[in-house]
Amino acid sequence: MNHLLSVNDLSKEAAISLLTTARELGVVSEGGHKKLPTLRGRSVVNLFFEDSTRTRISFESAAKRLSADVINFSAKGSSVSKGESLKDTAQTLQAMGADAVVIRHGASGAAQRLADSGWISASVINAGDGTHEHPTQALLDAFTIAEKLEISNFEFTGLRVGIVGDILHSRVARSNVLLLQKLGAQVTLIAPPTLIPVGVHSWGVDVNFDFDSAVGNLDVVMMLRIQSERMNELFFPSAREYSRSYGLDKLRLDRMTARSIVMHPGPMNRGLEISADSADSQKSVVLSQVKNGVLVRMAVLYQLLSGASSL
Amino acid sequence: MSYLIKAATLSDGAVVDILIADGKIARVAPDIQESNSQIIEASGLRALSGLVDLHTHLREPGREDSETIASGSLAAVRGGYTALSAMANTSPVADTAGVVEQVFRLGQAAGLCDVFPIGAVTQGLLGEQLAEIGAMATSSAKVRIFSDDGKCVSNALVMRRALEYVKSFNGIIAQHAQEPTLTVDAQMNEGEISSQLGLKGWPAIAEEAIIARDILLAEHVGSRLHICHLTTAGGVELVRWAKSRGINVTAEVTPHHLLLTDESVLGYDAVFKVNPPLRTEADVHALRAGLADGTIDIVATDHAPHPSEDKDCEWQAAAFGMLGLETALSVLVSTMVETQMLDWAHLERVMSHNPARIAGYESHGHPISEGKTANLILVDPSAKRVIDRNKMASKSRNTPYDGLTLPAVVTHTFFNGALVHEVDRGAAK
Amino acid sequence: MSRILDSGDIDRALKRIAHEIIERNQGISDLLLLGIPTRGAILSERLARVISSIEGGIPSGTLDVTLHRDDLRLRPPRPLSPTSIPSIGIEGKIVVLVDDVLYSGRTIRAALDALGEIGRPKSVQLAVLVDRGHRELPIRADFVGKNIPTSASEKVSVLLQEIDGQDGVDIEAAK
Repeated sequence: MNHLLSVNDLSKEAAISLLTTARELGVVSEGGHKKLPTLRGRSVVNLFFEDSTRTRISFESAAKRLSADVINFSAKGSSVSKGESLKDTAQTLQAMGADAVVIRHGASGAAQRLADSGWISASVINAGDGTHEHPTQALLDAFTIAEKLEISNFEFTGLRVGIVGDILHSRVARSNVLLLQKLGAQVTLIAPPTLIPVGVHSWGVDVNFDFDSAVGNLDVVMMLRIQSERMNELFFPSAREYSRSYGLDKLRLDRMTARSIVMHPGPMNRGLEISADSADSQKSVVLSQVKNGVLVRMAVLYQLLSGASSL
Repeated sequence: MSYLIKAATLSDGAVVDILIADGKIARVAPDIQESNSQIIEASGLRALSGLVDLHTHLREPGREDSETIASGSLAAVRGGYTALSAMANTSPVADTAGVVEQVFRLGQAAGLCDVFPIGAVTQGLLGEQLAEIGAMATSSAKVRIFSDDGKCVSNALVMRRALEYVKSFNGIIAQHAQEPTLTVDAQMNEGEISSQLGLKGWPAIAEEAIIARDILLAEHVGSRLHICHLTTAGGVELVRWAKSRGINVTAEVTPHHLLLTDESVLGYDAVFKVNPPLRTEADVHALRAGLADGTIDIVATDHAPHPSEDKDCEWQAAAFGMLGLETALSVLVSTMVETQMLDWAHLERVMSHNPARIAGYESHGHPISEGKTANLILVDPSAKRVIDRNKMASKSRNTPYDGLTLPAVVTHTFFNGALVHEVDRGAAK
Repeated sequence: MSRILDSGDIDRALKRIAHEIIERNQGISDLLLLGIPTRGAILSERLARVISSIEGGIPSGTLDVTLHRDDLRLRPPRPLSPTSIPSIGIEGKIVVLVDDVLYSGRTIRAALDALGEIGRPKSVQLAVLVDRGHRELPIRADFVGKNIPTSASEKVSVLLQEIDGQDGVDIEAAK
């Protein structure tokens, strides 16, 4: 593995190996190793064409805990916004000798373009590309599910996961569908038909337009953020109607099974896709997702950067 | 200069000698004896009428960094074309007599093939006010085809008026069928692949809805409609239905839509980004069948050069379009002739005779026979070549076939009796 | 390939090391064993059983040193093994590191670094089943099952029942 561009880059075994490594890193961290020398002398560039303080800090923290040097390159709003500039930026980073580039970009496929183009020899880690994928989010979600539901071998056979909301535009949903299926879970997408992609029949998932009929049969309810710009694109009549039909409110929360959990990739729109009650409930594992994000990203950096040759 | 082509095989299979003199085909007969001509040994070669393209983007004036009329003409004759139709989306737009005359003159100056300008339907391609269609028709360029290609004439009233207006001089509106409200920021065919790649989908219906509307408009006003680059199975059905009703509609398909599918997009390589987008395998089969049964009248290249910086970037930021002139015949041989869906005579009709007839290019698109203008080509059907994007005559390199081995090489191109392109047959093999 | 230690040899070596550890430290108070995965961890468990049968229970755990290695760039990435420190911790304790083969000394250096991150033991001792020489660092073992002079091109393999289905130490000549 040279790059992590898509969950499809990982076999089931490789995914489980990453998750297991993340767990060991968690044990080592809790044992007092706040900082490990593992990647000393390696440089990781956070190349962010879109704002995402959370994801950037998570990768930065992961890299620093492995003693890598971190360079933050925020490209948003500057002259490097599109086109040729991705190539120029990549060549600059190459000249600087970056070992890994963590890229967040508004265009689907930007990470793959960076990896395949020959502009750069560094390992490329996709930290979210347009509406395509966000593989480390899927890994941290799987890690959190395993932790909370006590599935130590990461075999998710029989597990029922509902992903609720804007599937059409969600890179989190795409990566999660791929990884959860790899690990054996049964995935149901829950959304209004306008937010389900044409072509979803090829994904191998269940689709349910009725949240109420699904909510009581799920082990994991994964809520997606509704972007404010969708409001004016005719996907649903109003925020209030969306919230009534697809928001996780107290009534729906109470109908969830006893052991089930609520996830959200953040940042949450409280009162829109998730009520404050649900966000703050015992079932919510949102803060664990944040904590686990660092461990999973440490595991990815370790896997990509520690070896001389790729596996 | 006169040429004597020996033992060429015509599209109907007859093996003949062809004498070219004074810009004309002087004689077509078995075993011509003529001592003052340059002899071209054509045993094993096909002789076809020079190809005619009704859909070419030459970028001049405005984007001479990606193509000029001269470089496009060279690409054309290498691909076997003796007539091009230069689309109107230049800068400035070809929406006045002045611009179309300039394009026409530049084509004459290049002198490798005829470059016939296409006029814009609306001013600035904005879809609002009709361009000066009459002035372009009566200019020295004698424009007959009008198109806003690159953009759709989406307003039904504007389309109706344009169809009506061109009737007075037997003009034709070539529509780029794309309902704009269904394709805002669209990136690729909407379907399984777009759902996986997270690229905004471009539904087939956006094309078919406009085709259906315009067929009915053309019937209503009794005018001529030409559908550019058909890409969907549904579109083929609509044209088939229109023809069965006797509506005066013609349709074209591009070589790339006969060969490539949206699976090419999987690597996000923007060389496969094209408008209209690559569709599914089912669509490809429907297009091939439509071309074979005559529903689709012609092949047009939609040759669309772009500089590398507009392709060497993330998909979303890249320009739409791909090169076509130098590979069109090879792709057609590969997809239609070698699959036995078209014979050589039919191929010659859809790439030369039919487009010339639709556009009214009188010196082009005639079966090879005595007295006609000597616009013809020789093709080695048994030769293979590996497409190399760095060896294109075009100023741009955005061919989607780089590295692919394709059959058939155009060995000679005659334009008005002059040999404007020739390859060493030994080197071609 | 030749077998230089068989199953009985390994048992005897561990028993002798157990006695030496007890003797050196005058008992087992404040003593704990940390095995270095993979095979060092198994040897550590066995050693703990032997010591327990002589002197009573001794805390034992594992210490994965992968993240502290200085040769990560020279090898393919390797999966991490569990680290488990006995609940009494290492602060002020005598830690006996256990590994299968002592060679360059780099693994032990990494282990000392890893230990330093966890706490400050009173002292650190080293027990190995095989010392094959060729040290690249000033490190020596306190307890050695067998010294085996080798050439750098030879390969020493320790086989243990729990992983390999049999016990033995093999040496293979250069290919």
